[in-house]
Amino acid sequence: MSDKLSERDSVAAGTTPMVRAEGVHKSFGHVEVLKGIDLEVRPGEVFCLIGPSGSGKSTFLRCINHLEKINAGRLYVDGELVGYRQKGGKLYELKDSEVAMKRRDIGMVFQRFNLFPHMTALENVMEAPVQVKGLAKGEARERAAQLLERVGLADKAGNYPSQLSGGQQQRVAIARALAMDPKLMLFDEPTSALDPELVGDVLDVMRDLAESGMTMVVVTHEMGFAREVGDSLVFMDGGVVVESGHPRDVLTNPQHERTQSFLSKVL
Amino acid sequence: MTDTEKTAGDQGTPPARPEAIKAIPVRHYGRYVSAVVAIAILVAIINAFSQGKINWHAVPEYFFDHRIMTGVSKTLLLTVLSMLIGIVGGVLLAVMRLSKNPVTSSIAWFYIWFFRGTPVLVQLFLWFNLGLVFEYINLMPFYKDYWSNFMTPLLTALLGLGLNEAAYMAEICRAGLLAVDEGQTEAAQALGMSHGRTLRRVVIPQAMRVIVPPTGNEVINMLKTTSLVAAVQYPELFRYAQDIGQNSGAPVEMYFLAAAWYLIMTSVLSVGQYYIERYYARGSSRSLPPTPWQKVRAHLTTFSSRKVMA
Repeated sequence: MSDKLSERDSVAAGTTPMVRAEGVHKSFGHVEVLKGIDLEVRPGEVFCLIGPSGSGKSTFLRCINHLEKINAGRLYVDGELVGYRQKGGKLYELKDSEVAMKRRDIGMVFQRFNLFPHMTALENVMEAPVQVKGLAKGEARERAAQLLERVGLADKAGNYPSQLSGGQQQRVAIARALAMDPKLMLFDEPTSALDPELVGDVLDVMRDLAESGMTMVVVTHEMGFAREVGDSLVFMDGGVVVESGHPRDVLTNPQHERTQSFLSKVL
Repeated sequence: MTDTEKTAGDQGTPPARPEAIKAIPVRHYGRYVSAVVAIAILVAIINAFSQGKINWHAVPEYFFDHRIMTGVSKTLLLTVLSMLIGIVGGVLLAVMRLSKNPVTSSIAWFYIWFFRGTPVLVQLFLWFNLGLVFEYINLMPFYKDYWSNFMTPLLTALLGLGLNEAAYMAEICRAGLLAVDEGQTEAAQALGMSHGRTLRRVVIPQAMRVIVPPTGNEVINMLKTTSLVAAVQYPELFRYAQDIGQNSGAPVEMYFLAAAWYLIMTSVLSVGQYYIERYYARGSSRSLPPTPWQKVRAHLTTFSSRKVMA
């Protein structure tokens, strides 16, 4: 069912959207954090989510790889339902192993890096390809070294995360996510925990990644990055999408009053 | 570091280094006084013991007696095997206790409640006398025998000590698992790792830092607790020492001998613990603390380099 549904839409749009949300709701206890999110991320685009803290943008991002379960609505990644299987009009929860299988294709970068502290930078990048994909160690090591070079950290391969600066840790985290060859990358405020002078290096890596054609969903407070690199931008507040459009239009000429007041505070 | 040095060099003459401080250090008279008092008390105690009606010659005479050596090896064997049962069981129980499955977590809770809530000596006797409940042991195709034949003193001791230890280790492991940041689990899951693999590769290695120190404590505790199994007819160090004491007419002397052996073994174990802790500290601090041997070498090299400079 779900496949047919998305196929029909994809015919209309030309391609299957990488992410499609239809009326996504999410509550924590009695607090409703997402109150009906509708949006579409096209393949190859850089999709920026901005908004005040508590607006639900990080929660929405975490729903995309099923770190959070949604309570209502539908969420599709590459045409497939997230966390469920639809059969005969009924929804069946996916097993943990099936969820894990789908997460392989979705890279995630966290605000607080979450590198594995007991492994070196190289081992961090090697871990998932070896453990999850069953790649041979030698091959994985070679690939990991290439990825570390790509994020400008070839000389830090043997260092433990505690021996790296925040910016370096975040770049290792990006390399770690890329090691699984994801078709979609999620960034959860990747520069918010960094000292200001380290933000640039991380954004440079993300810019390169965007130029290579990666589909990226980025929760960010970096309006400069959103304007220069972003293809679409959504402003969220209070669990709903308030305004969306091309970053240049939304950032320079916001239509909605709430967008205007938010941007006046951060720009 | 190098940057600041460079800029200092670029600016031309470095600022003149002020004279090193030469001050008279604070005198800690309290330390001298307390040292003298402590030494005096120690001398008094040693004197009292040497004057007592104890035949000290019996201690070195039997120190390496073959029965004592057998006892020492059996005590070590019991400690190692019981701790193995305890650690494996503890990890299993901790994972069960933290599982989302309500059945497994209840079983783990009940196990810990029972084995932690009854004295280990009582448990040893219960295992020993379980033949009253189960007359036979019958593992259909493999093994069938009377319970009393099956439940040897060694097995009784191992089950009694090991299963009791598992309950304590479970709580230690649970504390360790809970101490690992949730972001670690999320990161592993986001990479597509399964629940089991996340535990094995990411969570448990980090939990070890929290688990190892109290486990070292448990090992030392276990080594001493093995002296209880004399009650279920398994001979180990303490039992052999008692036997020798009764036959040779020097019972108290043999207690001192046993105490000395326990001290030696616990000291060796403490050293082992230091190195295990050091291994699991990798990555958590920027540089590993030096081993005692490295410290000694460092002191020697600085000493020799000082001489060279002079």
